[in-house]
Amino acid sequence: MRLLGLSRKDTRFLLIVIFLTMATPILLQPFPEGSGLATFNAGYPDLMQRFAIFGIFAIGFNILFGLTGYLSFGHAAFLGVGSYTVVWMYKLLDYNVVYGLPLAVAVSAVFAVVIGYVSLRRSGIYFSILTLAFAQMSYNLAYSVLTPLTNGETGLQVYGNDPQVLLGATEANSPHFFGWVMNDNFWEPVIGGWKFTFNNGYYFTAIIAIIAFYVSLRIFRSPFGLMLRAIKTNQTRLNYTGINTRPYTLAAFVISGMYAGLAGGLMAAMDPLAGAERMQWTASGEVVLMTILGGAGTLMGPILGAGFIKYFENIFSKINDSVLHGWFGFLPDGLEDFLIGVSHFFVGKSWHLTLGLLFMLVVVFLPGGLVEGGQRIAAMFRKKSGGKDDAAHQPKPAPHVAE
Amino acid sequence: MGILEVKGVGKRFGGLQALSDVNLSVAEHSVHAIIGPNGAGKSTLLNVFVGKLIPDTGSVMFNGQSVLGRKPHEINQMGISRVFQTPEIFGDLTVMENVMISCFAKRDGAFRLHAFRTVAHEADIVEHAEQVLEDVNMLDKRNMHAASMSRGDKRRLEMAMCLSQDPQLLLLDEPTAGMARADTNNTIALLKEINQKRDITMVIIEHDMHVVFSLADRITVLAQGTPLVEDTPERIKGHPKVKEAYLGESA
Repeated sequence: MRLLGLSRKDTRFLLIVIFLTMATPILLQPFPEGSGLATFNAGYPDLMQRFAIFGIFAIGFNILFGLTGYLSFGHAAFLGVGSYTVVWMYKLLDYNVVYGLPLAVAVSAVFAVVIGYVSLRRSGIYFSILTLAFAQMSYNLAYSVLTPLTNGETGLQVYGNDPQVLLGATEANSPHFFGWVMNDNFWEPVIGGWKFTFNNGYYFTAIIAIIAFYVSLRIFRSPFGLMLRAIKTNQTRLNYTGINTRPYTLAAFVISGMYAGLAGGLMAAMDPLAGAERMQWTASGEVVLMTILGGAGTLMGPILGAGFIKYFENIFSKINDSVLHGWFGFLPDGLEDFLIGVSHFFVGKSWHLTLGLLFMLVVVFLPGGLVEGGQRIAAMFRKKSGGKDDAAHQPKPAPHVAE
Repeated sequence: MGILEVKGVGKRFGGLQALSDVNLSVAEHSVHAIIGPNGAGKSTLLNVFVGKLIPDTGSVMFNGQSVLGRKPHEINQMGISRVFQTPEIFGDLTVMENVMISCFAKRDGAFRLHAFRTVAHEADIVEHAEQVLEDVNMLDKRNMHAASMSRGDKRRLEMAMCLSQDPQLLLLDEPTAGMARADTNNTIALLKEINQKRDITMVIIEHDMHVVFSLADRITVLAQGTPLVEDTPERIKGHPKVKEAYLGESA
């Protein structure tokens, strides 16, 4: 079957992604409520929304970093711009996200043209430093200088005396899409011991994420995407082949900036707040980690990476000492205390340590990220079952190509 | 009037006069070799042709248009292709993708935002790239990872990329450097065929006299940044000035 101009293989790929996204509220709730492992359930709206939003952020970042190899350390700036834009639309018009989201994409595109035009005059580490400088400038502007526009350290939010000129009498008093209120759950079935939450906001972001994924899939397969990959491989050859690389890199930068703006806008669509901390360099660094962890230059990698990091951030950080006592309680006291003492370094507030170790392992042993890990496992199975693909005698496939 | 006209070109790097008063005329459809001892300024001259260096004096005209001050991609779009001393290819991409990029550059120009088209559906590009690969006997390697090929094959791929653009002028910087004799002979045969079948003018910079004398219609000998003589291969062979330049005063 072919869909929307995709090859058979890509159509299957897209359908799998659609299925996984739609079934997330079920797939992430594998353990029954009240069981000891219920801590590992991630099927609650807030976290699922974050999966989708950071998935979009990372997919966009991957178009720049994964394809062209230009490592931006300032993409959080666009995230912030997107959020502020959406909250301003709430304040001026009303809570319908239909005004804010397209505008968030447009405004971050304008920012990306300016930042990209200057930063792309340099490559390598200098490009990274320039983008970092721009992002930190934006952060400081938002935090203090532009307080009238951003409400400084308090963060931008909607107040009772805001104009909200389009606000209807019966309209919901929180973000919605033509009455589809983001905070609401449309279905909360309890089946056996399992509780599932089907949230409006999650499905709204999920559908946008699927569209975002489809667009990136098309870009990967397009002549434009081919040129971007050529930029990463050999820019000199490309110049002498008659290609002006500057507009290509700028286009990739702007597209990935628009993705980031959309992600930022969606954050404000789920929770009508925008703060300067969203623009901080740690947020820029996070998307770099996501992309590398999942597999830069692959289609699925950034989504896996985003899911992985957000899962760790939200689940491992919740495991505190009392949860650990619950797990190890059956052990003799001395052993219990010892195990808790050791685990203490890796969970709860120390979850960053686990993430750091994991990141090191992936970078050292799986330079292609989690996607490469998956491919290796798949290859192992194929070999065992005596399939016709003998990896050792096949020409090496081009790495960093979508799979 | 030649296809490439170089007049009075001079270039100084600090205290070194790399080129001085270089005059050169490359006739259309010919193979013009530039030879000379190390440090004679051959590579500097080539870098002037492709827009990497801007000379201090003089002019370089291609088909009556100046190439000076233009960027490498603009010069390519004028119809000048370049083969490097060490093959420059897209190592992470497949052989087919390498050639398709050249085809896209020729068809679509220096920039085109075709983000919603699909490479595999561009029938004219695919067909053209396959044709070119067949011409250089590489069609069986089309799905190979370019970086994993032998040096001879990389050179051939680079040549195929240039050919796919059907350039008017092909600049070759020591196309057989570091090659075994068999590979060198293959390359000579390929270049001869390109020149005769496709009518592409070539400028070759080369150390290997075997290559120069089997290909060139005309040879310019460069020494210390200035052309010493320009003549046919037969006459260059026995020229006393050339011997002097290569072997020193006493020879």
